[in-house]
Amino acid sequence: MSDRHVIVLGAGPAGLAAASGALAEGARVTLLDDGDRLGGQYWRHHERLTDPRLQHGWAAFLALRDALAAACESGRATVLQRAAVWRIDGEARRVHALVGTADAPGRRRVEIAGDAIVLATGAHDRALPLPGWTLPGVITAGAAQALAKRDGVVVGRRTLVAGAGPFLLPVAQSLAIAGGEVAAVLEASRMPALAAGWLARPWELLGAAGKAGELAEYAASLARHRTPYRTGHGVVRILGDRRVEGAVIARLDAQWRPMAGTEREVACDAVALGHGFMPRIDAALQVGCAVTDAAPGAPRFVVVDAMQRTSVDGVLAAGEITGIGGADAALAEGDLAGRTAAGAAEASLRRAVRRRDATDAFARRLEDAHGMRDGWRTWLEDDTLVCRCESVDAGTIARAAGSASRAMRLATRAGLGACQGRTCGAAVEALCGERLGLDRRPLLAPMRLSELADARDAPGDLPSHV
Amino acid sequence: MRVVVVGAGVIGAACALRLAQAGAEVVLVDRSGIAAETSSRCEGNVLVSDKSAATSVRAEAELAIVANAMWRELAAELDAERGDGPATEYEAKGGIVVAFPGGADALLRFAEGQRAIGIRAEPLDRAALAALEPDLSPAVELGVHYPDDAQVQPSLATQSMAAAALRRGATVVRAEVTGARMRGDRIVGVDTTTGPIDADAVVVCAGPWSGEVAGRLGTHVDIRPRRGTILVTTPMRQRIHHKVYDADYVGAVGSGDAALQTSTVVESTPAGTVLIGSSRERVGFDETGTLPALAEIAAKATRLFPFLADVQLLRTYAGFRPFAPDHLPVIGPDARVEGLFHASGHEGAGIGLAPATAALIVHHVLGTDAPFDPAPFLHSRPGLQVAA
Amino acid sequence: MSPAFEFDGREVEARDGQTIAGALIASGRASWRTAAGAERGVFCGIGICQDCIVTVNGAAGVRACLRTACEGDVVTPEER
Repeated sequence: MSDRHVIVLGAGPAGLAAASGALAEGARVTLLDDGDRLGGQYWRHHERLTDPRLQHGWAAFLALRDALAAACESGRATVLQRAAVWRIDGEARRVHALVGTADAPGRRRVEIAGDAIVLATGAHDRALPLPGWTLPGVITAGAAQALAKRDGVVVGRRTLVAGAGPFLLPVAQSLAIAGGEVAAVLEASRMPALAAGWLARPWELLGAAGKAGELAEYAASLARHRTPYRTGHGVVRILGDRRVEGAVIARLDAQWRPMAGTEREVACDAVALGHGFMPRIDAALQVGCAVTDAAPGAPRFVVVDAMQRTSVDGVLAAGEITGIGGADAALAEGDLAGRTAAGAAEASLRRAVRRRDATDAFARRLEDAHGMRDGWRTWLEDDTLVCRCESVDAGTIARAAGSASRAMRLATRAGLGACQGRTCGAAVEALCGERLGLDRRPLLAPMRLSELADARDAPGDLPSHV
Repeated sequence: MRVVVVGAGVIGAACALRLAQAGAEVVLVDRSGIAAETSSRCEGNVLVSDKSAATSVRAEAELAIVANAMWRELAAELDAERGDGPATEYEAKGGIVVAFPGGADALLRFAEGQRAIGIRAEPLDRAALAALEPDLSPAVELGVHYPDDAQVQPSLATQSMAAAALRRGATVVRAEVTGARMRGDRIVGVDTTTGPIDADAVVVCAGPWSGEVAGRLGTHVDIRPRRGTILVTTPMRQRIHHKVYDADYVGAVGSGDAALQTSTVVESTPAGTVLIGSSRERVGFDETGTLPALAEIAAKATRLFPFLADVQLLRTYAGFRPFAPDHLPVIGPDARVEGLFHASGHEGAGIGLAPATAALIVHHVLGTDAPFDPAPFLHSRPGLQVAA
Repeated sequence: MSPAFEFDGREVEARDGQTIAGALIASGRASWRTAAGAERGVFCGIGICQDCIVTVNGAAGVRACLRTACEGDVVTPEER
């Protein structure tokens, strides 16, 4: 029995598993998540609107959710949903959040102090810019799935799905189940790279529970709907005046450069783009966690030791922020992180460590197979917007990139708009060839001035379940 | 004559430009590039409104009046010759300092003192205030309009000065100064991370790091950093038309001695964002950036413009103001090392004071006539002497 | 139950539990905002990109992809 209070940020697979692991080791848990419902992105749902065929591992989610609810009933856990964390004081292990309907005025201020914090803040889609990508009807792969799962809608009647990574497959399936037609699924990586990633060391696939079956399911879905799946292909231009009216696709070489003469037009009225994921490391950076080194524009991950501890004492991390690995890895890492945070002895956690090691091995393969190549820059024209919020185009950024000064590069305003560089930051940094510090965010979530002003007053009382 | 200017912020860039214009061979050295630090983390204020006529700091007010006039010409000069280069975005938008009930008298006395030394300060009643700033809180009792307050985009303006210096033969070296090369008591160059640079004179314009640089060059100047924070809102249509300050004053001891204690400033930018900052934090707010301090800035801003309560903040950023113990900039020859000069300690007024600082440095380094009395800013002044 | 809300003066019917963005898309709209004159609607769908911003019951800066539609909501385009 532990007398530690573990705070968990994020209620996706990693966070739910962390809460569960910490509770199993006898700790008290406070779980904060900014969504209306638990589950994060992977288990995004609505009780009435979500077609059950869209979910994976649903039984696991229900088990975690129900165990957590029971812990709340018995007073060992507190769950705060609709909680936007805007500041973390790492040294004090104190989390500041605003609880209430997203973006609504009148949210309640809470401050939670604990003995350990587990960061499980997940990832969001990366969509590479290309001509026409700001047209209405162009969405991320994650948006296509979120709209299908959460709202039961599709954006267009016929969607072209393009990008890189195995996530494109469940997205295509989601669109089909939600009643949309999928024009094609285009994977930028070419067969040799994919074979090397997926087929090498097949014994590691044994550790990735059910992956083979899942793959077969997607393949069957594509076949059933006669949806072409093309490797070594990508969208190079999206057509339309006020919304998507079509797209130009091309074969891509090994560096993702379009091959001349292979362009052809595809009929569609929506495009779902997904070139992998960017880990949401804002909170980790604010707390001071060490992150991996990577070229400008490439994702950086929170560095963790064998027990999921970060470089900051009392702060642990699990899930996509430690490496893009999918739900299985997130569950294993979360469980281990939660148990470690609760103070469990390392010797007692060998099974959790083995489980984590097995799932992580598979995860590393994905990057090998589907990793980004530089040729995407050749898709851009001078007037292709790169920063969507501030409408800054590639030509403007290229000119600023040549300047001797970092300050000049910031003067384009790329990355300084409403989304604070979350969408364009990686592309802008890649084009500038330099890290611009766009992912250092003193405010982790937008807040109204009155809400910040209220921070002069003592926070309100904490209920047991919101 | 070769002059090494250490620090490529606004002070260094301005000094480099004026020295190059006066015929010196200038080498501008900075470990992080041009406008890498404080000069790109501030608002770009070119103000007279917050300068007190109180005796202890009157010299700075007078410096500011001169610098304010110089900026008008400097901006025109820079913008005329920039070609494709950065524009200063100089805007003489004017400033308004407002007082809530209870503070009106102190504000009027403060403004009176300023007018006596030549700062244009025009009192505004409620009706006049409402005409200039319709969204200002109706609770404000009185305002003072400073038509000479202006704004530049500080990072771009610094870039622009540096570019102009380069066009006149200056060079930029990206390196960190590690030590001095001496001949007896005279500095004859600097050692840097990319090798030595010979010099006939060295000017330290390293902002909050000036104390550290001075130490590496064998001398001492008591310049320390004081953090300032700016809140940035989401972009919106323009509802604030001037720099607007909420003045909090200490009780005036004598009619001319009211000193500005803390002041929240709110203004719009061309990008549509509203910047909210805190100026002249001589007393209190020692730890700007802590939650209570940020919350206080937010509260004061909404007190000034009630509509701001519902506006969303996107981010905050912090810069470090370099300050000297007697709150005056240090401009002039080092008291110990021959050939070494200081231009630092501008404490939140660096952008505004840059052209006047540069003019004084040209006088000290090249021996031209002093444009105004340099005595209050000397490194050898009593107010700077600290027991080592 | 089918909550109906007003968008830009016209009535939009949502399915119970749908987000404002989901309901707008279901009603045939692909965009409800502009950036530098160009139309925008949903892009990331999970609250990251801020493309889908609307004003709800007078409060600006609301991400339509995260906000559940409620009966009687008055939703207006972002003022810029």
